[in-house]
Amino acid sequence: MANVVKIGNAQGFWGDSPSAPATLAHQVPDMGYLTLDYLAEVSMSILAKQRQRDPQAGYARDFIDVAASLAPFWRGGRKLRIVTNAGALNPASCARAVAQTLRSLDCRALRIAVVSGDDVLPALRHSQNDFSNLESGRPLSDVNDRLVTANAYLGAAPLADALAQGADIVITGRVADPSLTVGPCLYHFGWNHHDYDRLAGATVAGHLIECGTQVTGGITTDWLDVPDVAHIGYPVVEVAEDGSCTVTKPPRTGGRVNEAIVKEQLVYEIGDPGNYLSPDATVSFLSLRVSEAGPDRVHLAGASGRPPPSTYKVSATYRVGFRASGTLTIFGRGAHEKARRCGEIILQRLREAGAEPAESRVDYLPATDDGGAMEVLLRVTVSDPRREAVERFTREIAPLVTCGPQGTTGYAEGRPAVHEAFGYWPTLIDRELVRPRIEILEV
Amino acid sequence: MALIRLSQIAHARSGDKGTSANVGVIARRPDFYPILLEHLTAARVEAFFKPLGVGKVVRYELPNLGTLNFLLPGVLGTGGSTSLRIDAQGKALGQALLEMRIETKEHSP
Repeated sequence: MANVVKIGNAQGFWGDSPSAPATLAHQVPDMGYLTLDYLAEVSMSILAKQRQRDPQAGYARDFIDVAASLAPFWRGGRKLRIVTNAGALNPASCARAVAQTLRSLDCRALRIAVVSGDDVLPALRHSQNDFSNLESGRPLSDVNDRLVTANAYLGAAPLADALAQGADIVITGRVADPSLTVGPCLYHFGWNHHDYDRLAGATVAGHLIECGTQVTGGITTDWLDVPDVAHIGYPVVEVAEDGSCTVTKPPRTGGRVNEAIVKEQLVYEIGDPGNYLSPDATVSFLSLRVSEAGPDRVHLAGASGRPPPSTYKVSATYRVGFRASGTLTIFGRGAHEKARRCGEIILQRLREAGAEPAESRVDYLPATDDGGAMEVLLRVTVSDPRREAVERFTREIAPLVTCGPQGTTGYAEGRPAVHEAFGYWPTLIDRELVRPRIEILEV
Repeated sequence: MALIRLSQIAHARSGDKGTSANVGVIARRPDFYPILLEHLTAARVEAFFKPLGVGKVVRYELPNLGTLNFLLPGVLGTGGSTSLRIDAQGKALGQALLEMRIETKEHSP
C-alpha cells in the first residue's frame, strides 16, 4: 500500500456519542490518529462560566471519559495518537485530569502534549482601536467591557511539533478544526510549511471529517435512503503523501460514503470556495476532483493552496443578557388563531408589567396555516439584558393553561429555564501577537 | 415547459457562518448543472429567503463539482446563541430551498 496516514474523527461536536472513539479505534486497527473536535463558536462562553465557578474547569470534561475508554488500547500496546481541542480554555487542567485518570487505570508510559497560546483576551482587552468585527465592521469598543473569551484559531504547526516530541495525546485550546487533521499529516510526511498544495489537500481532508458522521450519511438530503443509521460509522480519511485523500468508514457499519454526500460536506459552512481561509493555507476547492473509488470510498485530489493570511482569525464572545424560550401546544379548531392570540397575551402582560423584552419572537408549528391545522405548537422566545425581565416571561406561560383556549396543553416540562446569552465577535489578530506554546506531561 | 421542484435535480446542505448562513446546492447529474446556473440566480435565492430578512445574496460557482454555493448574509440575526429563531444555525435552509419551483424545458423528471 502506498504511504498513507489514516486519520479518524469520532467526535464532531461537544455532545457527540461518547462511545464513538473506542468503537472506531476497535473497528480500524491500523488507524494512526484519532481527532476529536469539541468546540463550536459559543462553547467557549459556556466554559468561561464554568471556569468562573471553578478555576480548574473550562475544558470539555467529556474527554476524560473518552480517554478512559481508550486506556485498554494503550495498555495493549496499540500505537494510537489522539489530537483534540478538548482543552478549550484550560488545556493544562484538562491534561492533568486525563493523566490522573489514565494512571488510576494503570495506563502509563504515555506522553501528553498541551498546546496553548490561543487565548488572546488580554490583547483585545487592552486594545484601543483594533479588532473590529469582521462581519459588521463595528469597533471592539462596542463590547469591550462585556468580553468573556477571545481565542485565536491556531494552525497545524504546533500540533506537528507536539507529535514530533513524542506526544500520544495532543490537547489544544482553540485550533482551526481542519488543522487537527493537517497536524498529523505535517508530522507524518515531514512536509515543508510552504507545501501549500499538500497542506490544502490535508485541509480538505480535515474539513470533510471534522463534523464526524455528517460525511458518512448524516444530515444528507436523501437521508431516508441511508442504510442502518443506528450503527452509522464514523469517518476515516486516508491522506497520501501528495495531499490527495480517500474518505471512508469502517466495514460493516451503517451509513454511506458516496460522491453526493462528500460534495455536500465539502460545501458545508464555507464561504468563497476559491478562498477557503485556514491558518495553514488558503485553499481553493475549484480545482478539486471528486470520484468514487469503491464501495463507501471517495477519492479527492487536486486541491490547490496559497500562503495563509498574515493574521489569525479570532473568535471572541461577549455577554448580551439573558434569554428563555417556552412552548405550549394548542389543539382544536382554529388552533392557529388561538395560538397567535396566546402569544399576543403573553407579550401584552409583559409590557404591562414593565418587563417588555428587548427582543421577542413568536413561532408557530406548522409555520403556515391554511386554516385547517388542528394542532399547533406555540413557541415564544424572548431576550433582554435584564435577567428579571426574562424571568418574568417564564412565569407568564403556565397561566394560559387555565385562562387560554380549550385544548391548551404541553406544559409538562414546567417553567422554561433562563439562559445567559453570548454574542459572537469574529475578528483578526496579527500572527506576531500570538505565541503557540507546547508543554509535555508524562503519564 | 415543466414545473419541477429543485429537489428533483439537486440536493443541498446548509449551516451557519457567524450571523450569515450558506447553502450549497449540488446538481444530481452533470447535465443538471447548467439548469442550476440558469435558474438558481442570486436574485432568485434572495427573493426566496426575503421573508427571513436576508441581505444581499452572493452566489459562488464550483463547476468542477456541479455545485453552487450561496452566502446568505444576516439571515440568522445576531448569530450563535443569541438568535431567537428555532433554526438558529441555519440547518434547515437547504431543505427549504429545495422546495423552490423551477420552470424548465430542459428537464421533465
